[in-house]
Amino acid sequence: MTSFPTGSDIIAENRGGLIGKAVDRVDGWSKVTGQARYSAEIDEAGKPLYGVIATAPIGKGVITSIDATAAEASPGVVLVLTHRNAPAQAPFGAPGEGTNPMMTAKPVLDSPEIRAFATPVALVVADSFENARAGAALIAATYQTTGAAFGFEDHLADAALSPSPTAKVEAGDFEAAFAAAPVQLDETYATPAHNHTQMEPHATLAVWEGENLTVYTSIQGLKGARQSIAWTLQIPKERVRVVSRFIGGGFGGKAHVAADSILAAIAAQRLGRPVKVAMTRAQMFHLSTHRSASRQRIRLGAGKDGVITALSHDGVLHSARYYDFTENVSGLTRALYTVDNMATRHDLVRLDSPMACAVRAPGGAVGTMAIEAAMDELAHRLGIDPVELRIRNEPKVGEGGRAFSSRSLVECLREGASRFGWAQRNPVPGAVRDGRYRIGMGVGSAIWHTLLFPARAAIVLHADGTATVRQAMTDIGTGTYTILAQIAATALGVRTADIHVEIGDSDFPAAPGSGGSFGAATSGSAVLDAAMNLRKAAAELAVGDMGGPLFGGDPAEAVFAEGSILIGNQAVRLTDLVSRLSPGGIVAEGRLEVPKDYWGKTRNAHGANFAEVAVDTLTGEVRLRRMLGVFAAGRILNEKMARSQALGGMIWGVGAALTEENHFDPRYGSFVAQDLAGYHMPAHADIVNLEAVFLPEDGDDNPMGIKGVGELGICGAGAAVANAVFNACGVRVRDYPLTVEKVLQGLG
Amino acid sequence: MRKESAVSATSDLCVHGLAGLHVGGGPALTQVIDIELIVNGRLTSLSLDPRVTLLDALREHLNLTGTKKGCDQGQCGACTVLVNGMRINSCLSLAAMHDGQAITTIEGIAPGENELHHIQAAFIERDAFQCGYCTPGQIVSAVAMLDELAAGQPSQAAEDLSAAPVLTDAELRERMSGNLCRCSAYPHIFAAIRDVAGA
Repeated sequence: MTSFPTGSDIIAENRGGLIGKAVDRVDGWSKVTGQARYSAEIDEAGKPLYGVIATAPIGKGVITSIDATAAEASPGVVLVLTHRNAPAQAPFGAPGEGTNPMMTAKPVLDSPEIRAFATPVALVVADSFENARAGAALIAATYQTTGAAFGFEDHLADAALSPSPTAKVEAGDFEAAFAAAPVQLDETYATPAHNHTQMEPHATLAVWEGENLTVYTSIQGLKGARQSIAWTLQIPKERVRVVSRFIGGGFGGKAHVAADSILAAIAAQRLGRPVKVAMTRAQMFHLSTHRSASRQRIRLGAGKDGVITALSHDGVLHSARYYDFTENVSGLTRALYTVDNMATRHDLVRLDSPMACAVRAPGGAVGTMAIEAAMDELAHRLGIDPVELRIRNEPKVGEGGRAFSSRSLVECLREGASRFGWAQRNPVPGAVRDGRYRIGMGVGSAIWHTLLFPARAAIVLHADGTATVRQAMTDIGTGTYTILAQIAATALGVRTADIHVEIGDSDFPAAPGSGGSFGAATSGSAVLDAAMNLRKAAAELAVGDMGGPLFGGDPAEAVFAEGSILIGNQAVRLTDLVSRLSPGGIVAEGRLEVPKDYWGKTRNAHGANFAEVAVDTLTGEVRLRRMLGVFAAGRILNEKMARSQALGGMIWGVGAALTEENHFDPRYGSFVAQDLAGYHMPAHADIVNLEAVFLPEDGDDNPMGIKGVGELGICGAGAAVANAVFNACGVRVRDYPLTVEKVLQGLG
Repeated sequence: MRKESAVSATSDLCVHGLAGLHVGGGPALTQVIDIELIVNGRLTSLSLDPRVTLLDALREHLNLTGTKKGCDQGQCGACTVLVNGMRINSCLSLAAMHDGQAITTIEGIAPGENELHHIQAAFIERDAFQCGYCTPGQIVSAVAMLDELAAGQPSQAAEDLSAAPVLTDAELRERMSGNLCRCSAYPHIFAAIRDVAGA
C-alpha cells in the first residue's frame, strides 16, 4: 500500500454516512437564484471602468501604424492602450524552460508583432461598456502581413517530432512483431480542432490598492495565475491576489491567464480605478486556447484470436508556433492495451495559430476516438464481438511491469453489456431497420489518469460548532465546494451545513486548482489532513480540560460524531469545548505530499461507453438513441455530482463524434466558426436517454481512495458513437465528426 | 440538430472590420433616454445610453447579475428573461424598447423572499447544473416554456400544429434547445423540468 497521512480510516468508516451520499450542492441555492457572482459581476470594489479589447484582423504580420486619436476623442473614453504606450512586460513564456507553463508570463500589447489571428492591438477604457465598445471600433491600424502557415491539412508535410519528453515511447520491437502478426490493421483517423466554449467568457475585474493588485478573474488555478500575472507585470507575487469564487466552466480553457487579466491590471493601475474587461464570444475562440487537430495512425498486429501482439499509435498534431503543446493521443492507449511490443510517437505541425492547449481530457478524448474505433475495426474483421475483443486484450500488469492500483475495466465492460442489452446487437452492419432508419450499437472503453499533486488547506473550528475550510482551490462546476464540505464534515462529525467552504482566493493555503481530474483527490486530501489535525488538537484540548467530561481520557480513542467528541461513554459538545477553552476558534492546517513511491504503480480510472444510434438513410443524419456509461473510479464521494460529471463527459464525446469541429481559414488564420451558432456543441434536442453507473472499487491512490471523474466519461464515448454508426449502416467514417455529408457519401 | 439562429461572423467582417466586435461601431452617442421598467414587480426608473441592451441594463445598471452574458448575440440563452411573461434573449433587445414593461429575472422568479420556484428546487434536487452559468437562463426559460405549452403554443416538434400541444420528451427538449449548457447537464435539466411538469 502507498502510505498516506491519517484519515483513510475515517473516510472508510464513513460514520456520518456523508461519503458517497447524493448530497445537494452546497452552492446550489446561490446558483439557481442568480446570487452566485462570477468575475464580471463582482461589486465589492465599486463602479468600475469598462475595457474593450480591439484585435488584429490578420493572422501573422506586424502593425505598421496604429492611430488611437479617434478612439481617444470618443465620448467617455479615458484611456487607449496600444503597444506604443503599454508598460514593459516580461517576454512571453518567461522565465523560460522548466517552468510550469501556467505560471509563465503572458504579455499583451508588448510589441507590434501579430503572431496569431485576433492578437489584441488595443484596449479602450471608458466610463461605460457602450462607450468603450464604440471607441474600440474607432481604432485605426494598418498591417503588413508576412508569410504564414494557417491550415493544418495544408502543412502536414511540415510535421516534426515533438519536443515533449513522451513524444516517442517504445517497448519491445514493434516493427518485427507487426510484420510477424497474422492479422494487421493499419488505419488513420482524423479529429478536428475543438473549442471549450465555456458558457462564461473570460472576464476580469482588476483593482489596485497602493502597490497591491487584486484580480477577480475566471481561472482554474489560482497559484499559477498569481505567478503568471506577477511575472508578466514584473512585480513580486506577494503583491498579487487572484480571486475566482465562481467559474462559468473551464474545461482547460481557463488554465492560462488570458489577455483580459493582464489588460485590466495594466489599465487599472494606469487609471487608479477598478477596470473590468470581458471577452466577446468571438474573441473567446481566438484569445482562449483550443484543442489541436489530429491525424492518428493506428497499427495493430494480432493473432486470429484477436490478441494484440504489436501496437502503434502515432499522432500528428498542430501547435502554435510560439507555444509547443503536444496533445498526447497515445499515452492512454499504451495503458489501455499494454503489450510487449509498442511504439507511439507524436509529431507537431507548427502553425501561425492561436495557442493550442488542454481541452477536457487532453490526449485521451481524441486518442480514444482513434484507438477505440480501430479496435472495433479489428473486431469486425476477425468476427469477434467488440466487448469480447477488449476483454481478450486486458493486460495483467501496467506499462513497465508496474502493478495496477486498481483496474476494473473488464467489470465495466461486462456490467455495461448486460445493462445495455448488448447481446441483442446484430454484428452484421445495416441489419437492423426501423423504417427509414438503420439502428446500431457501439462500445468504447474509457480510461483516464489518476493524478495527485501537493496541496495545503486550513480549517478553523468556531465556537458555534461550525467550521470554515480555506484553500486556494477552485470549483469550475465539478462540485469542489460540496465535496470539501462532505470530507470535512465526515472527519469532524458534523453536518455539511456546519461547514463553510471558502475557496477561490490565492491568499488561502495553496492547491494546484482544477484540471486533469486531480482536483478532488488533491485538494480533498489536504482538507482531510487539516481536519485530522484539527481532531487531534480538539481531542487534546478536551482531555486536558480539568473538570471537563473527557478529562484524563485517551485522545487516540476520541470519536467525532453528531457535533461532539466522545471517549468511552463520555462526551463533550464541540460548541462547549471551543467556546470555553478556545473562544477564538481552533485552527489547524493540513497538507498532502505525493509519496515517493506513488508512480511505482499504474494508476488510472476505467469505464465502458455504450451507444445506440439511428442513421437516417435518406439524409445521412445520425441521431443518438440511448447511451450508457459504466465507470469504476475508486470510491465515489457524491453519487449525484459524480453522475453529472460522467454524463457531461459522455455528451462531450457525442458532440465530438457527431457535430463539433473547427478549422482555420487558410486565408486569414482565423477559426471558421466564431460563435455558438457556427460551433455545433450538443443542445437539449441532441441528447436523449443517457445513463451513467459507477461500480464500487477500492484504491490506494490517495487517502480517500477516490479517482477523478471529470474527464473519464468523454474517453471512449466518441468512438462508441462512431462504432454504433458503423454497426447501424456499415459506413466507417474515420474523419470526425460524422456529419451528414460524410455518412451520406458512405451510404452511396 | 440545433437550428442556426444567427449568421456566423464572416472572415470578411474580420478583415475589414474589427474582429470580435459585431455591434457597436459608429459614432458614440451622448444622449440618454429615460425609461421605467417594472423589474421583478418593482417600478425602476433609469436614464440610459440608448445603446444599452436590456441585459446590460440589468447587469450593469441594476446590479441584477443573475441574468448571464454568454454570447451577447442571441445564441446561448444564458440571458433569458421574461418580458410581460414571455421569454426573450435580453442581449438582443435594447432596454429603451421596454419602457413601461414588466421584466422578470431569475432574482424574481420565486414566489417570495427566501423561497424557491418549483423549477429552482427541482434543479437543486436533480443536480441540473454544474458551473451554474447557464442555469438562470435555463430556469427562466423552463418556467416560460411551461406557460407557452399551457397557452397552446405549438413548436417545431409538434406532430399536429392544430392540436393542443402535449409535453412529450421531444417537445420538452425542442422547446429548451435555445438554452445551451456546455457542462451538458441536459439529462438532469430534463429530469428537473419533468419533475415539475409531470410525465
